[in-house]
Amino acid sequence: MVAQESDPVVDYKTLTVPVKSAVDKFDLLPAFLKVRGLVKEHIDSFNYFIDHGIHKIVEANKRLVCVHDPTLFLEYKRIYVGNPTVHVDLVEQKITPQMCRLSDRTYAAPIFVDVEFTKGNQPNKQIEQRQRMQIGQMPIMLRSSHCVLRGKDEAELAKLGECPLDPGGYFIAKGNEKVILIQEQLSKNRIIIDRDSKGRVSASVTSSTHETKSKTVFFMEKDKIYLQLNQFSKPVPIMIILKAMGIESDQEIVQMLGRDPRYGSLLLPSIQECYSEKIYTQKQALDYLDEKAGSTGAARARIRKEGEARKIIRDIFLANVPVSHGNFRPKCIYAAVMLRRMMDAILNSDTMDDKDYVGNKRLELSGQLMSLLFEDLFKTMNTHALEHVNSAYSKSNSAMLDFTSVLQRFSPITQGLERAISTGNWDLKRFKMHRKGVSQGLCRLSFIAALGHMTRISPQFEKTRKVSGPRALQPSQWGMLCPCDTPEGEACGLTKNLALMTHVTTDEEEGPIISVCQSLGVQDLASLSGEEIHSPTSFLVIFNGLILGKHKDPKRFANAMRKLRRKGKLGEFVSIFVNDQQRCVYVASDGGRVCRPLVIADEGVSRIKEHHMKELRDGVRCFNDFLRDGLIEYLDVNEENNAVISLYEHQDKDLNGEKNEVDRKSITHVEIEPFTILGVCAGLIPYPHHNQSPRNTYQCAMGKQAMGNIAYNQLFRADSLIYLLVYPQRPLLTTKSIELVGYDKLGAGQNATVAVMSYSGYDIEDAIVMNKSSLDRGFGRCITMKKYSVLKEKTDRIIRPQNEQNKQILDADGIAAPGEIIRNHDIYVNKQSPKNPRDSSALKDQVYVDSNAKYKGVEGETTVVDRVLLCSDTDDKLSIKCIIRHTRRPELSRINSREERKRSGMEKGGVGGMEEGGAKEQKGMEEE
Amino acid sequence: MSRRVPGVGVVGGAEDFLDAGGGVEDDALSPTVGDEQETEGVSYSGAYAAMGVDNSLQLDSFCKNFKVVVNKLSEDEMEFDMIGIDAALANAFRRILIAEVPTMAIEKVFFLDNTSVINDEVLAHRLGLIPLAVDPRLFDDLSENDVPNERNTLVFKLEVSCEKGGPRRTVKSDQLKWLPNGSELPMELRNPSGNQKGYTSFSCSQASLPELSKNPPRVKHGDIIISKLGPGQAIELEAHAVKGIGKTHAKWSPVSTAWYRMLPEVVLLKEVRNEDAEGLAAKCPTKVFDIEDMGKGEKRAVVVNPRACTLCRECIRGGGEDLVELRRVKDHFIFTIESAGALPPEVLFTEAVKILEGKCERVISELS
Ligand code: SF4
Repeated sequence: MVAQESDPVVDYKTLTVPVKSAVDKFDLLPAFLKVRGLVKEHIDSFNYFIDHGIHKIVEANKRLVCVHDPTLFLEYKRIYVGNPTVHVDLVEQKITPQMCRLSDRTYAAPIFVDVEFTKGNQPNKQIEQRQRMQIGQMPIMLRSSHCVLRGKDEAELAKLGECPLDPGGYFIAKGNEKVILIQEQLSKNRIIIDRDSKGRVSASVTSSTHETKSKTVFFMEKDKIYLQLNQFSKPVPIMIILKAMGIESDQEIVQMLGRDPRYGSLLLPSIQECYSEKIYTQKQALDYLDEKAGSTGAARARIRKEGEARKIIRDIFLANVPVSHGNFRPKCIYAAVMLRRMMDAILNSDTMDDKDYVGNKRLELSGQLMSLLFEDLFKTMNTHALEHVNSAYSKSNSAMLDFTSVLQRFSPITQGLERAISTGNWDLKRFKMHRKGVSQGLCRLSFIAALGHMTRISPQFEKTRKVSGPRALQPSQWGMLCPCDTPEGEACGLTKNLALMTHVTTDEEEGPIISVCQSLGVQDLASLSGEEIHSPTSFLVIFNGLILGKHKDPKRFANAMRKLRRKGKLGEFVSIFVNDQQRCVYVASDGGRVCRPLVIADEGVSRIKEHHMKELRDGVRCFNDFLRDGLIEYLDVNEENNAVISLYEHQDKDLNGEKNEVDRKSITHVEIEPFTILGVCAGLIPYPHHNQSPRNTYQCAMGKQAMGNIAYNQLFRADSLIYLLVYPQRPLLTTKSIELVGYDKLGAGQNATVAVMSYSGYDIEDAIVMNKSSLDRGFGRCITMKKYSVLKEKTDRIIRPQNEQNKQILDADGIAAPGEIIRNHDIYVNKQSPKNPRDSSALKDQVYVDSNAKYKGVEGETTVVDRVLLCSDTDDKLSIKCIIRHTRRPELSRINSREERKRSGMEKGGVGGMEEGGAKEQKGMEEE
Repeated sequence: MSRRVPGVGVVGGAEDFLDAGGGVEDDALSPTVGDEQETEGVSYSGAYAAMGVDNSLQLDSFCKNFKVVVNKLSEDEMEFDMIGIDAALANAFRRILIAEVPTMAIEKVFFLDNTSVINDEVLAHRLGLIPLAVDPRLFDDLSENDVPNERNTLVFKLEVSCEKGGPRRTVKSDQLKWLPNGSELPMELRNPSGNQKGYTSFSCSQASLPELSKNPPRVKHGDIIISKLGPGQAIELEAHAVKGIGKTHAKWSPVSTAWYRMLPEVVLLKEVRNEDAEGLAAKCPTKVFDIEDMGKGEKRAVVVNPRACTLCRECIRGGGEDLVELRRVKDHFIFTIESAGALPPEVLFTEAVKILEGKCERVISELS
């Protein structure tokens, strides 16, 4: 009845209400962070390394064969990483990260291999198999796929002593938390057209394959084009290289560049030079190059090696372009494309590449760095085993002719990985990599400091460079890198931070993508003549820097590829970018690209509707469903160039009622939330758009200094220094980012009632007058906890104190009792060492001398022994850690301004006894 | 009018007096809001003698004019008007109330056990801030060399634990138990200084003292959360309260706060009629103005409740300056005392007066 009545009634009110256009997409963000976590890029890249990368490395180096006897061999069948364990008294024990932090261990899991091998001491060389042979320990990233914390809920994490808000993504080496910083680099295997330091136009490619790494540079000097390659003692005319690769006809070369006569005339001086050198054939060119091959010294010594040049051209010149069966054609085409782009740049300097453009950058993450490190160590281990077996064979020491025993006895992997992570030095001679400070101790001064540390990107350039280009804010950073969060001073603009929604890709399988491209109509270049390559009706298709072929209809090709990606048939992070200017379609699936999710809009209408959001809120839909259903996709910086992204859903009229200039039909994507262009630190600022921009930058650096809570497990940690607030509060005004990162659960700071009276008086900048009563009542009270460690050598002893001076706080076991007030000069571990450590026979009291640990504190401070931890370290020595706590209230005349502090730091340095304080303050400043 | 000028510090600089011409007294008493002289005083009473203004404090005129009117009085809070007094004196009372009227508060805490998340120092600090409902006048000060005895120390005990396997427990302030016989702890062996046996030496039980047995010492509010205990945690401690003043530490301050404000005076400079009147009345958020019917449909605004004025200046915003002037009566203070609980607010004020009296006497005796 009711329905009947209401049916004919048209509710005009609802009809005239303006269409509620904006779907609130904010809920997508927590959903996104739920599946991704705040530092997913670290974890993803490490997972990729453990699950795929490590197999590839072993696959590429799987067989070890004795040089003297091919039947004596070892072959790796499989490699896998187990669960984090530790060996205690020959027993394998499961470990948790918290155990490692407290007992100075490395959080690592065993690496196992399955092998097939023969033994030399057996006459018939039977093939033996061995499963689960351990070759070392792999440090495990927290919250990665092999970590015990994976997929645990809050209660389970609490049981393991872990903070649920901790993002993970770091390692624990010898008890210290270490982050491998994200490293910024120029793209590998891509042509970059630029001006070099001498102002010459140059085209360079940094090739990097599993086998070789090289840098190929073409440059133009005095109208002639040369190639520079380290393997040639001096620059080589480009025409000679092309001839050496088998293109003897000049006409073909010019055709490969394109029909435009301007290219021909630009190339003319180079052609002439080639003739003046009297080089007409491939043979002559190769001979000429043989002479130039080798380092400068070798060339001078006239050590000429036949075929050397051919080898260089095949393996090192443009190493990323493969040569199969001696077919140099792909390399020729690649070189021609490089030349053509170089000439374009000469004719029109707009086509020069921008090195600071984020699309030309790759971010190297912990996975890649660990992978390099592992590859190096794995190869070192194999070489060592081979050498060992070879020399044992020649000495006919048959007992030693066993690869497995050598591998097990000598494995640099555990040590090497641990050392690199704890020192941060990546010294890989094999890959010509010598980097320092790759890993850093995770900053635990505050929760935000730790988070901010995880999203930091360390710069590719030296900090000393006085250039402004790389420091400036790049428009292509939009949404990928935080525009506010960068340090002041020398690293300004070079050290950057990821934005909230950025994702960094990992490598993806290339084979399937290539075959998809081919089936979508990409023509292979092998079947085409030089002239046709640059025909004006087609675009080149370039996949990961390799020329795949050409396509007649680039728009259709790109759309088809994108459709496949949205359907999930292609990897979600594959990017398709049509470059009209270069007449190329760039397809990329390589790792290290930054990308971010965006809502797809069809002709300006967002694909996400209210019902989708309702399903999300009801929990029937998750972020990945949005991806799978083609509502959201990831765009990288390059593909963003093909998209028109609107901040909010398109409005036909703007706020003033004027017609919107942007055509709705042109819009292809809509942002999920505009504030995600900011990073974690900048996200804490309320109303950042009302601030002067450097203020936001300052706050990004200062937010990390706020004292408060560090983690839920802060009272059970044994860091060397922790600052905590006694009464931390959550801010009265929160931002969405604050809620997303959990800062409201781990507040830092207190809400203060502030009266501003700025007329006159107390007119010192950055000063406040505080109510003494509020300090009495606990405002700003803080706790510092310092760790004091004592190592008991095997020969040492810790004895029960007699009623002596300075030993009042010791327990019967000779170690300070928790809860005791500890004063200056008090002894907290009553340790004695033998006078002569080697003489352990007589254990009489006389042979021991005191070596007790004395507390050095400030006179008049009441410090308390908070906790005492006993554990055995890796060498089975007893390690005693006393955590000493001091509760402080804000004090009068703490000098807070930076200048003042610097000055006082220097002044204090002069006064005896205060030196320590001064040094510490300066150190503190460096950390900022 | 000039006789009402309270003396010691009259308001306003000399320029104001000159500018104001004939209206010296009026302006001196109620400067308009926005003038920056407010309570700024001239300390020499003869500063304006040349102008015929004698600012010296005359005892008889003060006695005649000084008035106290109590507006509100409850157990913890009092609001009263102090009329005919100088700002310097009113402020002296305020400061004495906050910092110099003594109370009892926990000063020393002896821990036997504390396994709660709150560590000893912080817990002791929290205990110190708990207001005790004890009349401090019954106790003596405990100076450095004094032995804690029944006349200067109050002892409380807190013994709580949370069962293993049970739910979490909240420790509230009413779990502090008064120990009338003093400390139950033996002196530590390590520290055998003197012949003292325990930490206090009470000659008799405090319960036998009539003032205390009538009104046994307790915490003022029983629902203050001291700490929370997880299963298996326990707190056992003894807390010793002594007499002290807020100057030493805010925990001894007998008031949450004490403050005053000057009585606002809202003056209509012109007659405000009809729409303007209604507009004015509507502007004021605290309803200071009312509309008076003048008959014949004519209305005008009148100031009915200047006391409610918060000086928010809403009425003079946007061209209201020529209609309304906001002033304050310089010798009329609306004084509020919020007691923390040791003594009722009116007693606190008389205590403050006594302390000021004592100070004055000290000065006089020093001088003579
Ligand atoms: S100042 Fe504010 S409260 Fe006072 S009369 Fe004007 S509007 Fe009303």
